[in-house]
Amino acid sequence: MRALVTVAVLLAVWQGVVAATGVPRFILPPPGRVATTLWSQWAVIGPHALTTLAEILLGLLLGAALGAAAAMTIAQFAAARRWLLPVLVASQAVPVFALAPILVLWLGYGMASKVAMACLVIFFPVVLAFWDGLRRTEPGWLDLARSMDARPWALLWRLRVPAALPALASGLRMAAAVAPIGAVIGEWVGASRGLGFLMLQANARMQTDMVFAALAVLAVLAVALYTLVDAGLRRALPWIPYDGVKE
Amino acid sequence: MDGPSGVADAIANPPAPCAAAAPLAVRVTGARLCFDGRPVFENLDFSLEGGVTTCLLGPSGVGKSSLLRLVAGLEPPGPGATIAAGDGGPLAGRIAWMAQRDLLLPWASVLDNVLTGPRLRGVTPDAAMRRRAHDLLDEVGLADRAGARPDALSGGMRQRVALARTLFEDRAVVLMDEPFSALDALTRLRLQDLSARLLAGRTVLLVTHDPLEALRLGHRIHVMTGRPAGIGPALEPPGAPPRPVGDPALLALQAELLGRLAS
Repeated sequence: MRALVTVAVLLAVWQGVVAATGVPRFILPPPGRVATTLWSQWAVIGPHALTTLAEILLGLLLGAALGAAAAMTIAQFAAARRWLLPVLVASQAVPVFALAPILVLWLGYGMASKVAMACLVIFFPVVLAFWDGLRRTEPGWLDLARSMDARPWALLWRLRVPAALPALASGLRMAAAVAPIGAVIGEWVGASRGLGFLMLQANARMQTDMVFAALAVLAVLAVALYTLVDAGLRRALPWIPYDGVKE
Repeated sequence: MDGPSGVADAIANPPAPCAAAAPLAVRVTGARLCFDGRPVFENLDFSLEGGVTTCLLGPSGVGKSSLLRLVAGLEPPGPGATIAAGDGGPLAGRIAWMAQRDLLLPWASVLDNVLTGPRLRGVTPDAAMRRRAHDLLDEVGLADRAGARPDALSGGMRQRVALARTLFEDRAVVLMDEPFSALDALTRLRLQDLSARLLAGRTVLLVTHDPLEALRLGHRIHVMTGRPAGIGPALEPPGAPPRPVGDPALLALQAELLGRLAS
């Protein structure tokens, strides 16, 4: 509720700046104008938004699944840890966005290159957060498991993975926050659909109001996605306290 | 459960909550532990008589928990040390361990926590196991909380679940590392009574820093003191555990134990 008030105040400031400076519409359109465009051009914006949403969701699913699998692999196999972990950590230094043109070259202008891009930006936060959780299992639990003659895979699946779920949840929250960035970067480099494509097209034609309208839709998508993921994770992990309160 | 197959099932999986194994003695020789290059204990010999409760009493930091962890197989015994079962067989798979902290899994229900052992061994608990877990929860007075999550329980209840989980493992030797020291006085006394009743007949090592607890529960009480630490001769209080807390003989022996601890 307070967030809405904050947004309203920011919109009012925006409107005030436009009115006070008389800045041309193609530089900075007033918020009312953006809202009108959003309303009248929804038939154009909607399908593009759906494309971007599909890319984000597919990238999120794929990136989270691959990231979780990779984290469990390096947790379980010492060899994987020795050979993969250094590469994984070093590869974080590579700006993933620089790979976008190559991905478009390889996977084409369609949805695949954008899903791959989103997948890539999601992969690293998920792997590192989950792996960090998997290696920090409570020593007392590990002692208990040893005294019970635990078997390696049951130990991973019944103890280390559930114990690391809060860490995985942090990774997934971060993934939900960065997933839209990956999809839009992919669309900027080369696409025929999607909000990022729409923004570039509108920008080239000085339809700044359309750029802002697309941006607003993207922001709502991103916030909705994060909120849903956060709420879902809280419900799925009811034993974890947040701010001292459990669900 | 109808017809002859149900009867056969009942015979193959008797629902007895505690089918205690035959008493098993344990003998430790030449145990050694260093901390920061200085020996905490070295060349230490210690034995657990089969089927009775041995209490190891000592001040904090004397190494009694480390000795217990050595027996539990949680620490390497070090060169020259041997830990042997009285019947000459292996100890692995015949020891249960209970710690000061309950170590309950917060995501699992109380019943599933009692079933932690089979799950960690890759076994999906069957109906007989679940029934036995229920019976054990009944024994510790928590049958009505089987579906609750551990964070809904008090500290005493949680430790009772841990006791049920330890008993579910049904091992000949039970090692208890200050299991009641985090509880309030009254809860502690009740849990002492409960565990004395449920652990009767097994070989138990109870490590504690509370002389009264040792006197209530131990058939044999050893005091561990010094650095490097030594273990004194066994004190065998009269009467069967759990001994009443107001027994004057116990209070006299408590003075004796405090004297040994201070020496």
